[in-house]
Amino acid sequence: MALSRDTAIVGIGQTEFSKHSGRSELQLAGEAVAAAITDAGLTPADIDGAVTFAMDVNDELAVMRCAGIPSLRFTARTRGGGGGACATVQLASAAVASGAADAVVVYRAFNERSGRRFGQPISDNNKSRVVPPGWNWYLPFGLDTPAKVYSLWYQRYMHRYGVTNMDFALYPVVARKHAATNPNAFYYQQPLTLEQHQESRWIVEPILRKLDCCQESDGGVALVVTSMDRARDLPHDPVRVAAASQGHLRDGDEMFGYYRGDLSGYEEGAFLGEQLYEATGLAPDDIDVAMIYENFTPIVFIQLEAFGFCGPGEATDFIAGGNIEVGGKIPVNPNGGLLGEAYIHGMNNILEGVRQVRGTAVNQVDGAEHVLVSAGRSGLVLSP
Amino acid sequence: MPSVIPPNPTLDDRFFWDAVAEGRLVFQRCASCGVVRHPPAPLCGECHSTEWDTQESSGHGHVYTWIVSHHPTKPDAEPRVVVLVEIDEGIRFVSNLLGVEEADVQNGMEVALSIEDVDGVTLPQFRPAGATGAGGS
Repeated sequence: MALSRDTAIVGIGQTEFSKHSGRSELQLAGEAVAAAITDAGLTPADIDGAVTFAMDVNDELAVMRCAGIPSLRFTARTRGGGGGACATVQLASAAVASGAADAVVVYRAFNERSGRRFGQPISDNNKSRVVPPGWNWYLPFGLDTPAKVYSLWYQRYMHRYGVTNMDFALYPVVARKHAATNPNAFYYQQPLTLEQHQESRWIVEPILRKLDCCQESDGGVALVVTSMDRARDLPHDPVRVAAASQGHLRDGDEMFGYYRGDLSGYEEGAFLGEQLYEATGLAPDDIDVAMIYENFTPIVFIQLEAFGFCGPGEATDFIAGGNIEVGGKIPVNPNGGLLGEAYIHGMNNILEGVRQVRGTAVNQVDGAEHVLVSAGRSGLVLSP
Repeated sequence: MPSVIPPNPTLDDRFFWDAVAEGRLVFQRCASCGVVRHPPAPLCGECHSTEWDTQESSGHGHVYTWIVSHHPTKPDAEPRVVVLVEIDEGIRFVSNLLGVEEADVQNGMEVALSIEDVDGVTLPQFRPAGATGAGGS
């Protein structure tokens, strides 16, 4: 059963999203945390927990000092890369539900374009050219970027269902349509056509073009989790963490999940969805907005199917039918997502989920109540 | 010639690379319950035994999935076909497919092991089954 005690996200904060922030990652984290505490209507003295990703370089105590938080009773970090984005909220909620902390700030900040770029070959990011543990099975064979690592999985989906890169183009067009009316998005006022997508260069032939890849972005985001009881006294209507879970299966490495089962689907995603639906009693038809982590376009198709928004192999027709646009059956990433808004390791998509439940998003989905937020290997349901 | 980064053997996988240097492809096998596993791991997930030996691979299998890998920052480096081979004994293994045009690569095609020197690194590679000897690319 996915965690479902009464906790809520009560504050969100962020910096601008750019390709060159011009300031330190610690400053980005500090600015986002300070903004989230203010948005929550709390003071730094109310915060007693801090959570981030294992990969974040900003130490909790350095962030604490910048934000003026006098004392911390709880810190925790989640495993993984972007797959762990929603696990941060699970950790924070678990801490609040257990009494380990009263109010936890969650943050993620980096200069992922002007500093270390995740999309670059691992050998170029690693000047000593020493192969990291676990990469012996991949790096010597030429799997040296996330785009290639994941494409070896996506090709099986394409093969099974006869999906082409031209089909994948359907999603970036929707993401950029949403981003075009989001002043917060890097691609504000820059919609995309299918033709422009098909003119972008191949990154991994015949699977991914450049416009199938998420952005590389600089920026920081933060949010505050506390109890529902406390949340009712705060300025914003609380956004309840109705469910929070992770989804891992044996032999299912987050990047190199090649060794188990049928690679044309996403067993971990289906498992995650089961946890979230069971904890909330909701079904796919009850979800009003889906925030879906997209490092690359195909993972949107695969997750739409894993979470039951459409059947196996149906995502191409489902997207082509307008179902994932604002106004459609299940709007996906109304902020533009990681392709259109920014790539803050998936956490900016959680903030958009909060805005949708609050009713304050720029591309607001009418009557949005239940928002499913997925980072693939971790997920949330946010509700009023 | 593609640009190859050599493996960096650890306590858990040195046996594999030592065997490759001898021209053999071997997989780790639990000495207690006999389950073959890849990538290697220090404990058997089935029975928790830390004892293991190795099983020589048949070196025969088929392409389960594949991509073409271009070096992102060295455009002149020769592209490589990266394959996930489903080997007959039930192990999936990431490798490269040699001696075939990119347009002719297909899921399901039968392939056979060929230990090769690639850019000064000895690697287990694969070629279309039935192809005679080394050669081609």
